[in-house]
Amino acid sequence: MADQQLLDKIKAFEGREYGRVYAWDPVNAPMIRHWCEMMGITNPLYTDREFAREAGYPDIVAPPAMLQVWCMAGLDMENYPPGSTDENSFEVLKLIESHGFESVVAVNSDLKFDRYVAAGERLYYTSRVDAVTEEKATGLGTGHFVTVIMTYSVERAEGREDEKVGEQLFRVFKFKPAVRPKPETGTDSAIPKITRPRPGISDDSRFFWEGCEAGKLLVQRCADCQTLRHPPAPVCAKCHSFNWDTVEASGKGHLYSFVVMHYPEIPPFEYPNPVGLVELDEGVRLIAGLVGADRSELQIGQRLQVEFARFQDEELTLPQFRPVAQ
Amino acid sequence: MSDLPLSGKAAIVGLGATEFSKNSGRTELRLAMEATLQALADAGIDPREVDGFSSYSIDKVPEYEIARLLGCDDVRFFSTVPHGGGAACGPIMHAAMAVATGVAKTVVVYRSMNERSWYRFGNGQYGFGDTPIFENVNYGWYMPHGLMTPASWVAMFARRYMHTYGATSEDFGRVSVAARDFAATNPNAFFYEKPITLEEHQASRWICEPLHLLDCCQESDGAVAMIITSVERARDLKQKPVIIKGAAQGIADGQQSMTSFYRGDITGLPEMGVVAKEVYRQSGLGPGDIQTAVIYDHFTPFVLPQLEEFGFVPRGEAKEFVREGHHARGGKLPINTHGGQIGEAYIHGMNGVAEGVRQVRGASVNQVDNVENVLVTAGTGVPTSGLILGVA
Repeated sequence: MADQQLLDKIKAFEGREYGRVYAWDPVNAPMIRHWCEMMGITNPLYTDREFAREAGYPDIVAPPAMLQVWCMAGLDMENYPPGSTDENSFEVLKLIESHGFESVVAVNSDLKFDRYVAAGERLYYTSRVDAVTEEKATGLGTGHFVTVIMTYSVERAEGREDEKVGEQLFRVFKFKPAVRPKPETGTDSAIPKITRPRPGISDDSRFFWEGCEAGKLLVQRCADCQTLRHPPAPVCAKCHSFNWDTVEASGKGHLYSFVVMHYPEIPPFEYPNPVGLVELDEGVRLIAGLVGADRSELQIGQRLQVEFARFQDEELTLPQFRPVAQ
Repeated sequence: MSDLPLSGKAAIVGLGATEFSKNSGRTELRLAMEATLQALADAGIDPREVDGFSSYSIDKVPEYEIARLLGCDDVRFFSTVPHGGGAACGPIMHAAMAVATGVAKTVVVYRSMNERSWYRFGNGQYGFGDTPIFENVNYGWYMPHGLMTPASWVAMFARRYMHTYGATSEDFGRVSVAARDFAATNPNAFFYEKPITLEEHQASRWICEPLHLLDCCQESDGAVAMIITSVERARDLKQKPVIIKGAAQGIADGQQSMTSFYRGDITGLPEMGVVAKEVYRQSGLGPGDIQTAVIYDHFTPFVLPQLEEFGFVPRGEAKEFVREGHHARGGKLPINTHGGQIGEAYIHGMNGVAEGVRQVRGASVNQVDNVENVLVTAGTGVPTSGLILGVA
């Protein structure tokens, strides 16, 4: 179950606003030129003042995608110009991390531009926590998405209202990794590996799993009326006899139906994960993973052959089916 | 009306619900109490008069706690129906039986869960173990292969249905588009003012082929409660009585919970056939007497065989029915006029029963003309249930 108390606490951050972070330098020609060189941009609007003026701008303008650059700290982390807020608009991440969500990944950075910014203009941004989600399960692991929106403005002389020039939506995922990194050789790790769920095995079904271990696909048979049955049961649904034995199936059959699982991605399975409802030539059906087939080529009716795959240090053996020629 | 004792003996006289959301922000017990007190106020019944309760499995709010908080001191009937959403109509049936036999006079039926913010059914993490209890042995045939979500179990039936009858993903999409169209005009729906197109359905990402994202409902927080009493008493209460004309549960040949893969044919829902036969028998009604229906739609594909099991169309022909738009706004049989679980919220079918009540009262935001009888169905792929509700 998700931790409701944590959720209440982190949800309280939604809507919280943070003060200004200023740019170290006004928008300027050298930084624009460096950016354009790095990006391979040759638009004269960014480098030729006369051209920019003819196009109706007061001076050269900056490539819009540079928006975030102007207010960056620089080489020293968290080193912002005087007057900037010392609050961190991502402070909620610390709280989430303290509950065991130790990993982080940036997932979105969406920029919106109201207008070009021109050389000489000085920028700052303010931040607002847009959303903190409930716990989400993803391929990376489970955790919380945090979205912060930074609004960029141009500072005006006193008496004139500052002008908004753009916006950046930044979203990160703070999570507990689904698959933890392998411990270094020689260290003893207490972290259990994520494994396939193991089947519950009862006196009625043990023969099936022991058969798999031995590389045999066994089907239960009523010892009295000879009816085959799967899944196994303690009694025949047809004649109600409790006497049963097993027969080894040929392992041949056809695809009766199938699915291809995409979401959610649950470790340790690989996705897309094709799973089939297989009808054996002996007449009973069973569920099993499909291997050796492009999922776009899977078709109801196609012939299949069983094989046995060992998982998790050989503690689990499962039947799987592979397409064969008709 | 038939002479069977259940039909026409009991009525739904009160309806209450919380808002539906992704995070209610309060306890399930509180949601249950809000919905129950609202339903009692709607009916004009003193909470202390309640003498019976019924809900269904996976709900964690005990009836005795609701009884304690209502101040009940003479409760003589309580039941919990198994199989989650498959039970959605079951508590109404149990309440009607209790009322019809005189075991109880005033029964609260409720569903209250923070399924979205507290649990998630669809995350594939069920905590199954390997002790040899039935559930672990049974899911042992699926979980080790990764076939571990409700969407994946439904998808297995859907693929075979498509193969056998030539239905397509677009046909499932038509169910979704119609539901979202109704939801778009229902202010209580998740997807109020957010209709979708068939193209958007087709472009939505895969959850489990052949199911797209827009074939699946959204897990929800919320509560719904109703009050059931005798038809005689209902005449003197505040609301127009909603008569329980038919109420049935069903298990059929080869039944399992979500995984009835071993039947001769897996394109039908024979347990729903059992329910259909019984509600028609009890009520003396047939498909032609139904003006609108609430057809359980946690996933779109099972809507089609339900239309077939209830005789609205012959076997395998539901795809033509939806292609002609008969299930949509203005069609021959508009279904899920609240937006369904696809569009309104996933309260495991109890919000569908609520829409059935509103249609009979004439109080739906998407009211169908001249409603006399409404069919309501419960969860599919599991042991299930259904109702025919109607005017007196």
